[in-house]
Amino acid sequence: MWLRIEPRPEPSRLMRYLSPLLAVALMLICGMVLFLVLGKSPVEGFKVFFLQPMADRYGVAELFLKATPLMLCAVGLSVGFRGNVWNIGAEGQLLIGALAGGGVALHFPNSHSPFLLPAMFAAGALGGMLWAAIPAWLRTRFNANEILTSLMLVYVAELMVSWLVHGPWKDPDGFNFPQTRLFQPKAILPILVEGTRVNAALIVALIVLIIGWIFMNRSFLGYQMKVSGQAERAGRYAGFSARRTVWIGMLVGGCCAGLAGVSEVAGPIGQITEHISPGYGFAAMIVAFVGRLEPVGILLASLLMALLYMGGEQAQQYLGLPYSISKVFQGLLLFFILGSDVFINFRLRLDRGRK
Amino acid sequence: MELGLVSAVLFATIVAGTPLILTALGELVTEKSGVLNLGAEGIMSVGAVAAFAVTLNTGSPLLGILAGMVAGMAMSALFGFAALTLQANQVASGLALSIFGVGLSAFVGKPYESQTLSSVPPFKIPLLSKLPVLGHALFEQQALVYFSWVMLAAVAWFLYRTRWGLVLRAVGETPVAAHAIGYNVLRIRYLAAIFGGAMAGIGGAFLSVFYTPLWVEGMVAGRGWISLALVVFATWRPLRVMFGAYLFGGAMITQMFVQGSGLRLDIPAQFLSSLPYLATVVVLVLISRNRSTIRLNSPASLGQPFMPDA
Repeated sequence: MWLRIEPRPEPSRLMRYLSPLLAVALMLICGMVLFLVLGKSPVEGFKVFFLQPMADRYGVAELFLKATPLMLCAVGLSVGFRGNVWNIGAEGQLLIGALAGGGVALHFPNSHSPFLLPAMFAAGALGGMLWAAIPAWLRTRFNANEILTSLMLVYVAELMVSWLVHGPWKDPDGFNFPQTRLFQPKAILPILVEGTRVNAALIVALIVLIIGWIFMNRSFLGYQMKVSGQAERAGRYAGFSARRTVWIGMLVGGCCAGLAGVSEVAGPIGQITEHISPGYGFAAMIVAFVGRLEPVGILLASLLMALLYMGGEQAQQYLGLPYSISKVFQGLLLFFILGSDVFINFRLRLDRGRK
Repeated sequence: MELGLVSAVLFATIVAGTPLILTALGELVTEKSGVLNLGAEGIMSVGAVAAFAVTLNTGSPLLGILAGMVAGMAMSALFGFAALTLQANQVASGLALSIFGVGLSAFVGKPYESQTLSSVPPFKIPLLSKLPVLGHALFEQQALVYFSWVMLAAVAWFLYRTRWGLVLRAVGETPVAAHAIGYNVLRIRYLAAIFGGAMAGIGGAFLSVFYTPLWVEGMVAGRGWISLALVVFATWRPLRVMFGAYLFGGAMITQMFVQGSGLRLDIPAQFLSSLPYLATVVVLVLISRNRSTIRLNSPASLGQPFMPDA
């Protein structure tokens, strides 16, 4: 007797939305087992990891703060993923966006213009798009695989940040620490809720989510991308340009990641350092999948992912576990969502008799 | 340039290229069966930390390599379960493996962070190692370097000179036909993926036990991804994998020699460090530019799921 999977006559709509919940449940179970293996009480571990971060107003605000770059990156990526454009270099695009936006802030240390922050965001978006344009160009012009090229550029972007903060942009009064000057007050995002760190970038992110929703669900271009992604030949037959799909997928991803970079350096960090992002660009891929490549789902999934980041910090502080436990949870979640998605198109059958 | 330097550069190039050869050969076999496993970075990371931990605790590098290999096989079996049994998207499953593996290695490796192993003495091949210039570079290496050459020959022989190699390639080209004449496509793909995992695990082990005998989070530093690019660069042919790996090995050690040479070059260290990554991009562009090269050489069913009886 074997368990066998067989195709469903039609994809299950129910499973499409149940599958993320199933994946989260499986991740939680796995997490409990992991705590048990590490000799911690699973109940205590669950409390510390998943409940404690949200215990007070400040914690909830931090959740939204950390979710902001994640949802920004994830919306941009999902536009590409829908069109089968595999931009996995959002982390690098985020960093270049942070450099571009931060560069504007550092270049105008005395500006009082109300347009300084918008200019920083514009520069960040352009920076991210520029970085994403490289793999897009290499793919459309030279047929080079965008997965590998976009990823290689992450390492290059990291080294570029490192060079700038160790070299030309280093704070001359900073006791030789690898970081820039602190941004001036006009270049820092205003706080939304007194006594917390949640800032105006959240509003930017929510606006981007809405624009993303309109683009994906109500625009002809968004429709073209979806067709090209799901049925390449149908797209080509209908005259939708495959090149354009690559360009738009990449540029939108880069633009959003660039905005996320600015939201970090002009938000909680307030300067450019070597540690702008704890892998938000990679985690955003998981957010995009768990959120079903749809803005509403991405909003929820980004909060969950933010919780995983915060849970890791809590686990480090109260359970003495390495912070990287968040990454383990993130990886598990992505595996489980991919696994559970099988049940959208297939169902399990007990296979008796036949071998 | 004096001969001593030539010998040293050659030696270091071979050392730097070895983990790439191991991992890329494994990935090549996996891809030849039609499976695209983008998880090499994760597998190498887990292999590296497993090998390091076991070597540190037992004092035996051999056991360490075995541990890296087994860890790599387990990782790729996990990938196989998602991508082959459950038919999940291969690209996404591979990415998941990379994210998971890098995270897991950081987590498991925390207690070992920045610890070091005593370096393993090289394995000198009698007589040959006495050759001028080449002797030191080629025949006073770690045993795993020779292993990489043996595996290169073995993989080439297996793929092009044996019946099962032919079957494996058939599965990668037209799984439907292979299935129709009675071969178990999924089983063959599983085996190919697990072989790839074992090789990437050994590649990771080479990094943490021999190359730089220590463990630091993120020490694989993109070598898994570079290995994937190498397979494309080599147009899926084993011998070219070796050529490409040494080319990249050379790019990686350039930095070391430029910095150590005392030349007062006005180039930031970060720029030199980014050379291997930029080289990967350039090489991919050069090889992919000709669409028919890729189309003729890549396995026809690469990345596409196969469902028996569907």
